[in-house]
Formats: sequence, structure tokens, C-alpha cells
Amino acid sequence: MVAIVDYGVGNLFSLECSLNAVGAEVTVTADPNVLKNADQVILPGVGAFEDAAKKLRSTGLDRVLKELADSGKPLLGICLGMQLLFEKSYEYGEHEGLGLIPGQVVAMEGVIPSELKIPHIGWNALKFRNPTPIFADIQQGDCVYFVHSYYATNCEEFVTATAEYGAELTASVARKNVFGCQFHPEKSGSVGLAILKAFTRLKEEDIC
Amino acid sequence: MITKRIIPCLDVKNGRVVKGVNFEGLQDVSSPVELAKFYSGCGADELVFYDITASSDGRKLFTDILVETAKSVFIPLTVGGGINTLEDFDRVLKCGADKVSVNSGAIRNPDLVYQAAKLYGDQCVVLSADIKRVDGVFRVFAKGGRENTGMEAIEWIRRCVDNGAGEIVVNSIDTDGVKGGFDLPMLEAVCNAVNVPVIASGGAGKIGDFITLFQTLPKVDAGLAASIFHFGEVSIKDLKHQMALANIPTRE
Repeated sequence: MVAIVDYGVGNLFSLECSLNAVGAEVTVTADPNVLKNADQVILPGVGAFEDAAKKLRSTGLDRVLKELADSGKPLLGICLGMQLLFEKSYEYGEHEGLGLIPGQVVAMEGVIPSELKIPHIGWNALKFRNPTPIFADIQQGDCVYFVHSYYATNCEEFVTATAEYGAELTASVARKNVFGCQFHPEKSGSVGLAILKAFTRLKEEDIC
Repeated sequence: MITKRIIPCLDVKNGRVVKGVNFEGLQDVSSPVELAKFYSGCGADELVFYDITASSDGRKLFTDILVETAKSVFIPLTVGGGINTLEDFDRVLKCGADKVSVNSGAIRNPDLVYQAAKLYGDQCVVLSADIKRVDGVFRVFAKGGRENTGMEAIEWIRRCVDNGAGEIVVNSIDTDGVKGGFDLPMLEAVCNAVNVPVIASGGAGKIGDFITLFQTLPKVDAGLAASIFHFGEVSIKDLKHQMALANIPTRE
């Protein structure tokens, strides 16, 4: 069973549907015990970093997620959920993340050429870096759907794919059993479903 | 590089797609869910569902369809039609919509764009504007293009973007239905005024019209059309193949 962390951020309906479509049994929960018993855990999220990080802290889910990551549980952060995996974000100030992957989240503004629109929204091609099991069934150059204005940096060692948008933006990361996708696999057609399916195949013992 | 998006638009009335379509291998051509699956399989980058139902019974049917679509189609879904309040945003977002398109609702209540963007994020709010030249000036029309609001279109769009509209759909009433190509001068004026994605609508009749659009105006992000896709005059697969051959960034 794959558990989606429910901490009051964003709409989880599409994500739930996409996991059902790849044959996974899904539960949407904020219950630490259910999360601990899940085979894999997904941290979703849309909206502002500060608000989301506060919600994780106020519910104690930040500690639960750190424990899960330490225990070897496959954990996937999507979009803002991926950004939360990092040490820090500079979105409207300076905010602490979960610190599961070394690196910071910074604005695209000022980094990419000014004629490019922000947010980076639409379908863009993945350029593979470090190999990752969740891309086992997709190809370099496959397109996925992005919507974001901030991106992860100083995390070179953990980057599994980038997307070209005036700069090489971090598209996905992995550190042992902790994975992150800046794009939305649940909105990326058959490519996205293949990524989710590969993730739901992962077992704790395979990756630690 | 980000790819240029191709977006079919489905008009839905009382739970069925308006304008009969005829595709080989598609059993129920007026089922929005079946048509959505079909387009997604053909390479559509996004879908727009436009609810032209007036009754509340029809609204319920519409949200049921959204839920069904969200269960089987995994590309971005934009919903428009009858969006007048934050409750309307909430209703369709909960059923699987990723973005919500406002038109007359924003004209009646310009604060709607600001409120919705604050609550759901700019990326969620799409401003759709029906624009027509009146004495050489671009004017915004309301009520499905029947009523001249008197507002100058570029100013209106700029104001909505300042309020948080994350994307603009430019429907040219002047070229709509003519099938002679997109309204390039109108689109250029909008592209020069704002720095959010611009979606061209109205006027596409053939594959070449999309190629001309993206080559002439590289700042346009997407092309939207309805009947030419529904009637099979333009196949999305062929269109995207031709776009790729013309070196337009495309998701094939």
C-alpha cells in the first residue's frame, strides 16, 4: 500500500487517481501509524513553502517523515513536496525544510533569461543525470509536466534529471530511499504513470 | 525547452459533448470521458472542458464527468463555463480540475481573479477573454461574445494578470469559425503586454495555421481549437508530427 501524506496542502484527488490507475492500493492519511505501515510514502504539495513547512511541523509530521526516511522507507516528494525535502528554501524569506537531501530551493528569477516566463509551466524534456530506479521504464527526452517558480540548487550529487529552461533546472533528485520530482507525474500522461508505477514497486530492502 | 501545447476544447451540455464527433474506434462520440481519453491518447497536452449547461442538474452531471475523467486521463485539465464565485472554483478543483478558466465571471466581479489567485495560486487561474475589433480597437465582449463591455482588451488583460491570472486564453471573435488562421495581430498585442503564458484560440482551420502561429509568434505558448479536432479535420498526431518537422518544440 502506498500512503499519500495528507497535511492540508493542495488537492490530492488526481494523485490518488493516478496511483489507482497503476494498480496501487492507496490511502490518504495523516496518521503516523498508517504511514509507518505503508510500503511507500508520497509527500505531495502545492502552494507556498513556508505555509507547507509550518503545517508539517505543527502536525508533527516533519518528525514522522524524518523517521520514515531514516528507516529506509521509499519516500517520494512531488513538486512542493520535493522542495520540502531540502534543507532550506528562499521563497519569500528563509525557511527550513526537512533536510533529507542537502541543498537549497531558490527563485528562478534572476537565474534564467528575463524573456522566459515564470512560472516554468508546461511540458519539458527530462535529461538524465544519476541513474534512479523510478526512471527504469522511461527514456531520456521524455516530456513531463512542470509548474513551478523555484527550483533546487547546490544538490548536484543527488540530481537524477534536469530540464532545460534557460538553465539546467533540477527536475528530480534521489538520495538512497528518498526521491523527489519537481514535475507532476500524476499529470504527465503515460510517462508520469510509468514513474509512479516504478516507485510503487520499490521495497525498503531494495534500496538501502 | 518547454514544448508548445496543443489543447482541444470540449463543450459539454447536460453531461454530453456538444457538436457530434465521428472517430473511428470511438463508440460513444458524445461522451466527454471517452473523448478525453481519446485525445489524451493522441498526444493532446491538456484538455479544456467548457460547461455550457445552465441548470443546476446539469452542473451535477458536469462534475460527475470531471471525476470520471480525472480517474482515467492524466494530463492537465482546465475547466470553464459558469465560474462566477470561489465556490465554483472549489467545486471543480475538488473534482479533478487543475486550472479554472474565468470569463464573464471576472467581468462581473473583477475581484474574483485576485481572490482565486490568492487562494489557489496564480497557476490555477486562467483568464479567458473574448475579443473583437470595434472601430479598430480591441474590445472585450461578454456573454459568449454577444455583449460589448466597452473595455479595451489589452488593458483588461494586463489588469487581470496584475491581479494574479496565470494564463490568458485569447479568443478572437473576428477569426473564430472562419478557419483562415489565428488572429496574429491580436495575439501579438497580448504577448507584448504580459509575461504569462498566452493560449491562442479562434481561427485554426488546418495544420499550417498552428505552424504559422508558433513560427510567427514564438511567445505564444499554446494553440486551442474545438471543431477541427472533433470533426477530424486536423488530427493531433499529424499536427504534432508536422510541428516537430518544422522544429517547433513539441511533445510527440
